[in-house]
Amino acid sequence: MEESKNQELIQLLGNRFGEKITGINEPYGLLTFTTSKDVILDVLKFLKEDAAADFNFLTDITAVHYPEKKQAIAVVYHLHSMRNKVRTRVKVFIDEHHPTIPTATSLWKGANWMERETYDFFGVKFEGHPDLRRILNMDDLGVHPMLKQYPLEDPNRVDKKDEYFGR
Amino acid sequence: MNNQPVYTDNDPQSELVTLNLGPTHPATHGVFQNVLQLDGERIVSGVSTIGYIHRAFEKIAEHRPFYQITPLTDRLNYCSSPINNMGWHMTVEKLLNIQTPKRVDYLRVIVMELSRIADHIICNTIIAQDTGATTTFLYLFQFREHIYEIFEEVCGARLTTNIGRIGGFERDFNDIAFAKINKFLKEFPVALKEFESLLNRNRIFIDRTAGVARVPAETALSYSWTGPLLRATGVDYDVRVSEPYSSYQDFDFEVPVGTSGDIYDRYLVRNEEMWQSVRLIEQALEKLKKEPAGIFHADVPDFYLPAKEEVYNNMEALIYHFKIVMGEIDAPKAEVYHAVEGGNGELGFYLINDGGRTPYRLHFRRPSFINYQMFAHMSEGMLLSDAIINMSSMNIIAGELDA
Repeated sequence: MEESKNQELIQLLGNRFGEKITGINEPYGLLTFTTSKDVILDVLKFLKEDAAADFNFLTDITAVHYPEKKQAIAVVYHLHSMRNKVRTRVKVFIDEHHPTIPTATSLWKGANWMERETYDFFGVKFEGHPDLRRILNMDDLGVHPMLKQYPLEDPNRVDKKDEYFGR
Repeated sequence: MNNQPVYTDNDPQSELVTLNLGPTHPATHGVFQNVLQLDGERIVSGVSTIGYIHRAFEKIAEHRPFYQITPLTDRLNYCSSPINNMGWHMTVEKLLNIQTPKRVDYLRVIVMELSRIADHIICNTIIAQDTGATTTFLYLFQFREHIYEIFEEVCGARLTTNIGRIGGFERDFNDIAFAKINKFLKEFPVALKEFESLLNRNRIFIDRTAGVARVPAETALSYSWTGPLLRATGVDYDVRVSEPYSSYQDFDFEVPVGTSGDIYDRYLVRNEEMWQSVRLIEQALEKLKKEPAGIFHADVPDFYLPAKEEVYNNMEALIYHFKIVMGEIDAPKAEVYHAVEGGNGELGFYLINDGGRTPYRLHFRRPSFINYQMFAHMSEGMLLSDAIINMSSMNIIAGELDA
């Protein structure tokens, strides 16, 4: 059931965006694909407004940092079609040093705080966002703390060194 | 500070008053700050500032093995911790492809529905409290205590429960737990009935709540609302039905919906959900009778912590215990999203595992965070006293808001 819906969706996206859709896989039945930031708004708009896709609901926006990759920050959108009972995950890899991506607030008002949170923790600048400020951290923090280069604890502490735990 | 909106009242002609509602205000039931511009009693505009109890759970989770993340989830929506705990355990089970026995699923349903009742009791009694009806608050709140006594019997903790294990529970429910559940099922409906008869047709209560903070379904969907708030607007979205987990598909229950999305509808939806939860628990107890007794976890020695007596007396159990606690488990390199229906809506866990001892990334989709962003916008044009009950009816839990 789920697989056939995913196949239909792959077909739809392939017809519309062609080579802009890459990295298609289905971990645990959830269709995941990668696209680029120049078409992300069109992809989201298409998924939202196309009658067959019908992804009316934005579940979540977040980001992941992969320091070893060339495009180091992945912005991840989770969309949900309530009528078809299908979810999909859209990823966009962007450059760590110029982390910009268009905002989705024009499509879903709920994207506002999700994008503020992503900006706060990963420094992703959502272009066109009406109010892109930090949301959970204080303003003078100066860094975007979920990036992998920032350690969780004081690295000078000796009692928490991994080697003492056989790691 | 950008985060601290300060209105300057330099204009001598201005008749607006700036009010800092929060961060610690007795009427807001949690750490919320809203800077409001008031024209008399009416709110002209507002700005929400959040993050006062932000504890960086997502960062901490990147440095903790799976079992050490369960206590973090306790502290999201601490009014219904068991749902968070089990949501997390089910996410890991999905990652590891663990099938839980039916009996475990039904035991989980009992605990999750009890915590849903506890969550809704808090919200609905506080709406009543904020409209001036203290009686109902004190009367129904004792049942939250009874629910906590059941949790105490099942796992030893009350509020931040850290309940269950990957694959099931740490121990079977004992006879006292079942006796307490049965007692609760006998007493709670009577009290809930009385609670409803005090409020449902109460003229004062209806005047304060009906038609206040109406939200059309389109707006609610655009703001990514889920849970009772979305259902009050008439959208019948419930994760338990749309993507059943923990064998919810075996149960017969209804998803109540409202029509106008106002505070009265939210109250009615939550009340009806409590009735449905009672039904679910009754059905689960009935189904448990048909399941083989004594099974309370899946047979997954690689991930299920062995019993303490075993660990102290048995070499193999000690090794497993050590390996699991230190995160030496081989989990597939994969990413998984799992959602459960929390007290406030869709609680999602987005887990990326890279084969290390800790998650590479763990993101919580927290319904309170997403639901709350409409609050300041909704409050514009509203009376201050209505904004207060609006906030109560949204049941924003600060722990889940800030994570």
